[in-house]
Amino acid sequence: MQKRSIVPIVYILFLLLPIYWLVAMSFKTTNEILAGFSLFPQTFTLENYKTIFTDPSWYWGYINSILYVSINTVISVVVALPAAYAFSRYRFLGDKQLFFWLLTNRMAPAAVFALPFFQLYSAVGLFDTHLAVALAHCLFNIPLAVWILEGFMGGVPKELDETAFVDGYSFPRFFATIFVPSIKAGVGVAAFFCFMFSWVELLLAKTLTAVAAKPIAATMTKTASSAGYELGLLAAAGTLTIIPGAIVIYFVRNYIAKGFAMGRV
Amino acid sequence: MKTENNKGWFFVAPVLVLVAFNALIPMMTVVNYSVQETFGDNVFFWQGLDWFQQILRSDRFHSALGRQFLFTFLILIIEIPLGIAIALSMPRKGFWVPVCLVLMALPMLIPWNVVGAMWNIFTLPDIGLLGYFLNHVLGINYDMTQDPLAAWVTIITMDVWHWTSLVVLLSYAGLVSIPDAYYQAAKIDGASNWSVFRYIQLPKMKTVLTIAILLRFMDSFNIYTEPFVLTGGGPGNSTTLLSIDLVKIALGQFDLGPAAAMSLIYFAITLLVSWLFYTLMTKDDLN
Repeated sequence: MQKRSIVPIVYILFLLLPIYWLVAMSFKTTNEILAGFSLFPQTFTLENYKTIFTDPSWYWGYINSILYVSINTVISVVVALPAAYAFSRYRFLGDKQLFFWLLTNRMAPAAVFALPFFQLYSAVGLFDTHLAVALAHCLFNIPLAVWILEGFMGGVPKELDETAFVDGYSFPRFFATIFVPSIKAGVGVAAFFCFMFSWVELLLAKTLTAVAAKPIAATMTKTASSAGYELGLLAAAGTLTIIPGAIVIYFVRNYIAKGFAMGRV
Repeated sequence: MKTENNKGWFFVAPVLVLVAFNALIPMMTVVNYSVQETFGDNVFFWQGLDWFQQILRSDRFHSALGRQFLFTFLILIIEIPLGIAIALSMPRKGFWVPVCLVLMALPMLIPWNVVGAMWNIFTLPDIGLLGYFLNHVLGINYDMTQDPLAAWVTIITMDVWHWTSLVVLLSYAGLVSIPDAYYQAAKIDGASNWSVFRYIQLPKMKTVLTIAILLRFMDSFNIYTEPFVLTGGGPGNSTTLLSIDLVKIALGQFDLGPAAAMSLIYFAITLLVSWLFYTLMTKDDLN
């Protein structure tokens, strides 16, 4: 154990403290929470979780969120793959400007777009569907996916393409059976980031849904205010929102650092 | 290196269509609102640039903008050096690397309103872990619903908690790409830790740090959900950042024209500052 490893350890403890508190609260009854401070749950209860797993208005929030996040991840990665290929292999009219324009979409505050998005998706009849949220999140996820994938593709030598074409591969066959598998890690990292940014976003997801596709994050804000101040329930719901992210991150743990570093500036 | 091939446009067409659908149409709606006045019923009157003048002259906008710049400045000045320091002290290989990375990335995967709610119950004066500790163990009078300074410290701490890991992961990625030979050469030359950092590690981290600073700037400048859930902009207006103010005007008061004009000014400022950062940080590469 080196002396300097104290820094990451202290940092990770700092990160885990608020999470611990959330998890600890989720096992307390609301009465215990409000009665006073206790470091550990005194009367350990699973009641909060039981409420969430048995009440459709709660657990559908999770299903809705997972649905639109998955749709968004698939759309983003699938359309970003050929685009990233073009950016990494070809020079075409306006390519640099286009690339920059794509990135500027990350800079627009979601608050700016909330109302126009509502009107746009109402106008095309998609309001309150999973597809609406999935498409809206493409605004910031597609540029990101293109950016990450382009970085990974840049690391694949051009000779791979040329050899395949000499061997008589058609483009689609080469792309699907040789090229994409050779950047598997990149696809994983891009999918991870799309999942992450779609999962954590609330403002657009809340604006574009009412009942049928309502995300869990919105369910939480509503129930917390209408049912008084159900802190235990809120904490349990919050704890459950951490789990999908934790699962996804586990799969890309070895590539995550690399994924961040990819892509040109 | 690259082939000249305008077929590239076919490859980017789907991306273009999807992003343009989401970016251009809403943006045009905003532009439309920004130059018109409405009294409801979808009746609009031409208003010219009045809203822009009104916003640019309003004290409310100036103070929200000031708070926003202060927030972003503090965030960058804390998170970037802290992130670099943590990345430098992380192990380079072995069992603990993925463990560290996964634990550090965890805060970034929590929905933003949950982050706000989590920090809310963490800092409640009498029943939150931090709030209880500060008030009853250290004896500091801490209540962020009353004290603007406490509210500021809390939102800054929350953002440091939430996003420093992004800087850590990026810097770390830059660090592990440095070949061992560089360090060995530095050792032979008897270089101090500082000069290793200054002349080997920092230059190698430059690209990823540019990404880190740009991303942190954009995201902290556009931050909405977390401070909104945590403080609601209060006490008073002390933590009403730009986007919180914008949503108050747009959805709270339904002043579409001023809100749209403010959106465009807001977006223009973000673009301008991002461009400045980008040009300054990549200046050396071009020469």
